[in-house]
Amino acid sequence: MLDADFFRRWMTATAAAVDREAERLTALDSPIGDADHGSNLQRGFNAVTAAVEKESPQTPGAVLMLAGRQLISTVGGASGPLYGTLLRRTGKALGEAGEVSEDQFAQALRAGVDAVMALGGAAPGDKTMIDALVPAVDALGDGFTAARAAAEEGALATTPLQARKGRASYLGERSIGHQDPGATSSALLIAGLVEANGE
Amino acid sequence: MKMLINVAESVVTDALRGMAAAHPELVVDVEKRVIVRRDAPVEGKVALVSGGGSGHEPLHGGFVGPGMLSAACPGEVFTSPVPDQMVRAAAAVDSGAGVLFIVKNYTGDVLNFDMAAELAEDEGIQVAKVLVNDDVAVTDSLYTAGRRGTGATLFVEKIAGAAADEGQPLERVEAIGRQVNENSRSFGVALSACTTPAKGSPTFDLPPGELELGIGIHGEPGRERRAMMTSGEIADFAVGAILEDMPPRNPVLVLVNGMGGTPLLELYGFNAEVQRVLAERGVNVAHTLVGNYVTSLDMAGASVTLCQVDEELLRLWNAPVKTPGLRWGM
Repeated sequence: MLDADFFRRWMTATAAAVDREAERLTALDSPIGDADHGSNLQRGFNAVTAAVEKESPQTPGAVLMLAGRQLISTVGGASGPLYGTLLRRTGKALGEAGEVSEDQFAQALRAGVDAVMALGGAAPGDKTMIDALVPAVDALGDGFTAARAAAEEGALATTPLQARKGRASYLGERSIGHQDPGATSSALLIAGLVEANGE
Repeated sequence: MKMLINVAESVVTDALRGMAAAHPELVVDVEKRVIVRRDAPVEGKVALVSGGGSGHEPLHGGFVGPGMLSAACPGEVFTSPVPDQMVRAAAAVDSGAGVLFIVKNYTGDVLNFDMAAELAEDEGIQVAKVLVNDDVAVTDSLYTAGRRGTGATLFVEKIAGAAADEGQPLERVEAIGRQVNENSRSFGVALSACTTPAKGSPTFDLPPGELELGIGIHGEPGRERRAMMTSGEIADFAVGAILEDMPPRNPVLVLVNGMGGTPLLELYGFNAEVQRVLAERGVNVAHTLVGNYVTSLDMAGASVTLCQVDEELLRLWNAPVKTPGLRWGM
């Protein structure tokens, strides 16, 4: 079973990964975006860990709802509403339980990913964060490590795609040949689950 | 790249502190990042709120004042502001007549303003929105995020601002804003990439002797790269792209806009070529504006925006305005 502590560790691990990889995320965002993905997410996840520490939410759902609200209030751009909605909707789907099973979490995360697709209008193959998140949710039944591998593979697989959503879509065919920064940061988020689980 | 800054993290905050010191007629909340007319809310009048990433100055904060915006929300450099800023701005300027959000069509701006509109309505503020999407370099289809909002934002903010200043109701101010956007088209070129403070080096690599055609305002590369062209050739290409998309029936307002790193000397020379092409194509020019209005940090280059105007839009365009970035008639 996964408790509120697990979800706090997930946010801390993700914040650390974003800190570590910020320069790479910004570098990926330069040729097909506007060179700020790393710094924007850094600002957001730093706010998340600060708020989680200060308010110390007691249920898995409350941790993710708080984290989502922080991202919406601090990140800006498209990433703020999209990542914020992902965590808020996942948290909402977890309800008020003090502990949730891995299956319940997988279902909740699927609801979160569905909400991101509805908000941003992206589908798999559009070269967005969805290309890492959907395979990760599909693999979550086989454990966190499998989900991490699926997300990383999904992020790498965005390289040959032509972007159809987000700022990279303005480039048309010139977006081909670059790995999507949003899919890459989504893979970091999923990798944080493995770390939070102490695997 | 050398920059006149302290540290990259404080660029926006430092600029807002300086803006507050230079413009006592504005209330600049440096911490919450909202710029408001000091006399807001103006009784009985619709209020206009816009915002977007920083790095496009004077857009949007420089267009706050009588006859134009009531408030602006600056985000981080090239990053849309957050809903909290827009709700705060709407609450500060709403007189009860409602608030019009003017939103440039970028995924981030649209999502954050949509969330803000919902939150503001929950607080009892009537909100309408106008989306600006004038950039002909982007194909508007299901397979893109749609056309970007660029130079036409200035026309929408000025003309809708004048309508609000006259006391026209929210649905009318909104309709005028939409009409301006639908009758505006832009095309931009870059001679150099821009450098964001966070990255410290140019956002894309543009060799000497080449230019980018069809750029946006966020340092993103354009659709096509070519060998460097003359000012006249660029004017032929840019105005041609606009007229192909929108053959004007009415006279046009012309904005020859610098991207931030091109001297006015070159912009005026470019304007001469733009006017030549318009004359050759039989387009009547009602009014022309030349300068740096919707910029992209230190990018060298320019954009052309044409806005078709009927008598009412032209009257509203000519109405008095008093903002840091645009000022006439008062």
